[in-house]
Amino acid sequence: MTAQAASAPAGTRLKALKRITFVDVVLWALRVIVVVVVVGGTIGTFVKGTYTTAQWVDFFMFGLTIGGVYALIALGYTMVYGILRLINFAHGDITMAGAFSAYFLASSLDRAGTLDAFPLLAMLAIMALAMGVCAGIALIVEHICYRPFRHVKSLAPLICAIGASFFLQHAFRGMYGSTIRSYPDPEWMKGRLDLFGFEIPVVQPIVILTALGAMLFLYLIVQKTRMGTAMRAVSEDRDAAALMGIDVNKVIIFTFILGGCMAGIGGVLYCFVYKQIYYFTGFFPGIKAFCAAVLGGIGNIPGAMVGGFFLGVVESVGPALFLDGIGITAPYQLRDLIAFTMLVMILIFRPQGILGERLASQRA
Amino acid sequence: MAVLEADNLHVFYGNIHALRGLSLEVGKDEIVTLIGANGAGKTTTLNTISSILAPAEGEVRFEGDALTDVPPHDVVGRGIVQVPEGRRIFGRLTVGENLRMGAFLRTGKREVRQSEEHVLTMFPVLRERIRQVAGTLSGGEQQMLAMARGLMSKPRVLLLDEPSMGLAPMLVETIFEAVLAIRNEGVPVLLVEQNAFMALQIADRGYVVETGEIVLEGPGRELLENDEVKRAYLG
Repeated sequence: MTAQAASAPAGTRLKALKRITFVDVVLWALRVIVVVVVVGGTIGTFVKGTYTTAQWVDFFMFGLTIGGVYALIALGYTMVYGILRLINFAHGDITMAGAFSAYFLASSLDRAGTLDAFPLLAMLAIMALAMGVCAGIALIVEHICYRPFRHVKSLAPLICAIGASFFLQHAFRGMYGSTIRSYPDPEWMKGRLDLFGFEIPVVQPIVILTALGAMLFLYLIVQKTRMGTAMRAVSEDRDAAALMGIDVNKVIIFTFILGGCMAGIGGVLYCFVYKQIYYFTGFFPGIKAFCAAVLGGIGNIPGAMVGGFFLGVVESVGPALFLDGIGITAPYQLRDLIAFTMLVMILIFRPQGILGERLASQRA
Repeated sequence: MAVLEADNLHVFYGNIHALRGLSLEVGKDEIVTLIGANGAGKTTTLNTISSILAPAEGEVRFEGDALTDVPPHDVVGRGIVQVPEGRRIFGRLTVGENLRMGAFLRTGKREVRQSEEHVLTMFPVLRERIRQVAGTLSGGEQQMLAMARGLMSKPRVLLLDEPSMGLAPMLVETIFEAVLAIRNEGVPVLLVEQNAFMALQIADRGYVVETGEIVLEGPGRELLENDEVKRAYLG
């Protein structure tokens, strides 16, 4: 009797322990490691004091710049996902295709001196061309990879999109070779600007402001226009939208065009930051933008914008802030590692993303 | 003359024969109700009329024209509007945006404004909530929104699927009064209902569906008195 009574509470305690699975332990270990790296690294970095304030501003501004590009490209992923519940894996290469086409215009404008003489007009023409090409290719991809499978539940569209991605890469490689070409770099873009006493390259505010402008424009289209409202309606309930007389096909086409336009602007801006282009240029910004879309909550438009800037800043500031402090010697090599670690962490701990809702309530 | 006719509809879900030669018609200024047990094929009938499902055999005719191969949004364009089961409002859009989506195919801004004014007079509670996100409405308000959204397209015939489902008795009455009002404005209504008693009371004619076939039809009052109907659906 007494022995039994004594063992009872011990038994429940054991049960509670048993309920902790191996996976729980791993997840907690992951959390601890991330916190230790982030907190420890930050403290370590500041104790060492390797970086000046000017350098931090530099990192941060670069993060915002590249983040704006990620955000623009991420919008294409997130809008298509919102409507079709599928990832358009060709989106990164669509971006490249637009930027590559615009490169030819940009370099001939540069040679003719127009890029220096009429910077605004020339930029508008370059962007317009990139937007047109991206939107056109996005439509072709939709037509070939997505439309035939509209009423079939399968992975076929996903696989087709990956195929389209390779097709685009290798088509551009075949046509223009694999040499890295340098994007034109006009004088006015080389300057530096004084921002609250810190010097920043003038290209950064150009990119950030263009990205913000494009996003504002997109946001107004989605929120205020009839087609934009229809887009939101279709992403919520495609059948109910059709019952309201909304032509779902048209809405899907509209979505791909919008996503393509944003990708076109994003691609050109990306090239103006890195000053180069070749057939593989689309891959990294594409996959980073996909991370950004997931970070912000896939299917969520403001989420993609926030996610893009967030990813850009963290991967730009992160290596110096977290990794230098824990004694990693070449932290910049690990920039991409930070980005993809964030993707994995988000998928494990907050699959709905920063701004996303839980999928269950979204589909209900 | 019948406005809407379904003629000998056969519909399959894979191997399941859901509609087996179902025929019905809705005349001018009529409320026609379709009653029957769960899974009898009521919603299937409406979705076939709306062209969401394609019949393997038979056809739907609207004002004499067959609707074969007409895509769902064009069916709406011709004036056949369905208010689907479970309301299916756009929960993340505002009430106003939901109404505007109902009028998606209409172009005249002033006329749309007038329709909006009209449905808001019909369902005053929606006016108070016009800027509210629709997902935050109560069940009854959502049903009213769903009907109002359907009316925004200026339907020439309205298909209502289970409008009273899950609503408190008082709200059910409001909804049925609205159905009568819609008919009195000259829009014929095809009403699918579980609540056979209420439906037959306001209906001009009724059809009883069983396993994809019409087994009984007649004026609403008559069906209400029918012994079989009483036993099976009125308890």
